[in-house]
Amino acid sequence: MSRKIGDVILDLQNISLRFGGVKALTDISFDIREHEVRAIIGPNGAGKSSMLNVINGVYHPQDGKIMFRGVERKKMEPHLAAKQGISRTFQNIALFKGMSVLDNIMTGRTLKIKSNLLLQALWIGPARNEEIAHRRKVEEIIDFLEIQHIRKTPVGRLPYGLQKRVDLGRALAMEPQILLLDEPMAGMNVEEKQDMCRFILDVNDHFGTTIVLIEHDMGVVMDISDRVVVLDYGKKIGDGLPDEVRASPEVIKAYLGAGH
Amino acid sequence: MLYRENGQFKTTYAADQQIFTITQDKWFVIAVIAFAFIGVPMIADEYMFRAILIPFLILALAALGVNLLVGYCGQITLGAGAFMAVGAYAAYNFQIRIDGMPLIAAVLLGGLTSAGIGIIFGIPSLRVRGLYLAVATLAAQFFCDWAFLRIQWFTNNSSSGSVSISNLQVFGWTIDAPVEKYLFCLVFIVLFALLAKNLTRATMGRQWMAIRDMDVAAEVIGIRPMYAKLSAFAVSSFFVGVAGALWGFVHLGSWEPAAFSVDRSFQLLFMVIIGGMGSIFGSFIGAAFIVILPIFLNQFLPALGSIVGVTISTAAVSHAELIIFGSLIVFFLIVEPHGLARLWAIAKEKLRLWPFPH
Ligand SMILES: Nc1ncnc2c1ncn2[C@@H]1O[C@H](COP(=O)(O)OP(=O)(O)OP(=O)(O)O)[C@@H](O)[C@H]1O
Ligand SMILES: [Mg+2]
Repeated sequence: MSRKIGDVILDLQNISLRFGGVKALTDISFDIREHEVRAIIGPNGAGKSSMLNVINGVYHPQDGKIMFRGVERKKMEPHLAAKQGISRTFQNIALFKGMSVLDNIMTGRTLKIKSNLLLQALWIGPARNEEIAHRRKVEEIIDFLEIQHIRKTPVGRLPYGLQKRVDLGRALAMEPQILLLDEPMAGMNVEEKQDMCRFILDVNDHFGTTIVLIEHDMGVVMDISDRVVVLDYGKKIGDGLPDEVRASPEVIKAYLGAGH
Repeated sequence: MLYRENGQFKTTYAADQQIFTITQDKWFVIAVIAFAFIGVPMIADEYMFRAILIPFLILALAALGVNLLVGYCGQITLGAGAFMAVGAYAAYNFQIRIDGMPLIAAVLLGGLTSAGIGIIFGIPSLRVRGLYLAVATLAAQFFCDWAFLRIQWFTNNSSSGSVSISNLQVFGWTIDAPVEKYLFCLVFIVLFALLAKNLTRATMGRQWMAIRDMDVAAEVIGIRPMYAKLSAFAVSSFFVGVAGALWGFVHLGSWEPAAFSVDRSFQLLFMVIIGGMGSIFGSFIGAAFIVILPIFLNQFLPALGSIVGVTISTAAVSHAELIIFGSLIVFFLIVEPHGLARLWAIAKEKLRLWPFPH
């Protein structure tokens, strides 16, 4: 393996999250190392998506700490997580339906655009130049994801597989340090899955982006992840290398019990 | 020349980010603007200016403002009339209380005041949406109606409650004749439409649309809902406020609070729905439609009635107007939320490919 796995970038300590009486997450701790591909698996309703929502500040856990590069995160707010370089894709694609592919991906650049409202309204100097510079960056992503032909299409009109790709493009436009992917391959055919795997591994390879991946397809998980966390009913029941996790009796039981 | 984009290859991103990426569109709009400045003053008569063109321009500006908020940012408002009133009364007070205040400055200050008030009344949008937000903005409407009626200071203690502005001057040019008023408004609307277009193709517009389409995803990208929503309220209220100042100063000359009642708020919202939410062009079509329809029906229905031998009263005409508006709004809300502008876009799409079906 060419890339080197680094230090812990994100450390989750004793995270508990409840919705009223529902315990979505109970006392979960694990860490994520820089440059690795970290998978989160588990049966339906195990709390995987909730975990990602905690990581990027959408859900506020009742207990627990989140350390980003050794510093505790004080406020749980999505845009602060975004500033730290955490971006994500969504399980039920959450694209901006009324906007074109290009504009969707351009929104990923929001935090990097500095010119103020007045300059934008007048479309002069810095505002215009910034717009062009970011467009160039976004076009690189469009090329990378091989979606040049649909760049002006409203995303609402695209087939599911392409929407997933645009969702990834928007997250990549943030040039994230950590990329959270919530079932990026769900509902795809084999070919689309292969493409998606290739994009994920390329991002990880070329930019060293740390990846946290939720995926149901065990083959994919075993193939591309460095370490795996297993959740079941909001509890952590496994954590380790793919082979270790696969051999763990508790994990096998959870999966068989859930009918997989 | 066929309506085609063939051969119009963009070699730079700057070229691809122009306002009109199809050359024919650009020339069409330039031709319309040139006609508005040169042709219209030659052919329109006083009635046309007073009853149709000036109200159309000013209401189009207000509708554009409402569209930025409702169509682009997805925040409903029933208080647009109030923000026109704020713009008009603020401009009025700047004009009469500060010696030598230039007209354009007063109008723009009216807009800025309206923007400030817009931010305050936009705060509920951070917590509520949909129906609840509609009610909150309606409260703004009633509050302003009350304030301008009861707080005498705003109306310079005029005993009748109505205020008036006379002798409009810009750089020594007295704006008096209808054609002059028309041109004055036209300059505003062209410039403001350009500002709106720029904002909507820049990061601000993308943030608004992102909040409109999927607010959780927008936040996760780093868009702050508070900033995006309040800026939409501010910019929208600025546009609407400037339109209000023009409505008072240029169109009416003297006015009472009733000039900016809740009816006006609804009218502006209808313009946006019929014209097309999230379309600058749509704001213009919507305004044109709503300004012209009553006039058209007034002429057309009685004429039609006399052909078939029925007398149609004025009351019947205004009922017909309401029925037509009502059904159109229901139609567009259900069938085509992007309004007439979308129908136009579909027609253009067909034309681009014509005579081939795909
Ligand atoms: N916003 C919410 N409000 C209330 N309950 C929630 C909310 N989000 C998640 N839950 C609950 O938390 C539990 C975990 O849900 P979560 O979506 O995290 O599971 P998951 O592992 O992602 O499942 P799946 O594989 O189906 O996507 C479920 O019981 C769910 O009903
Ligand atoms: Mg999930």
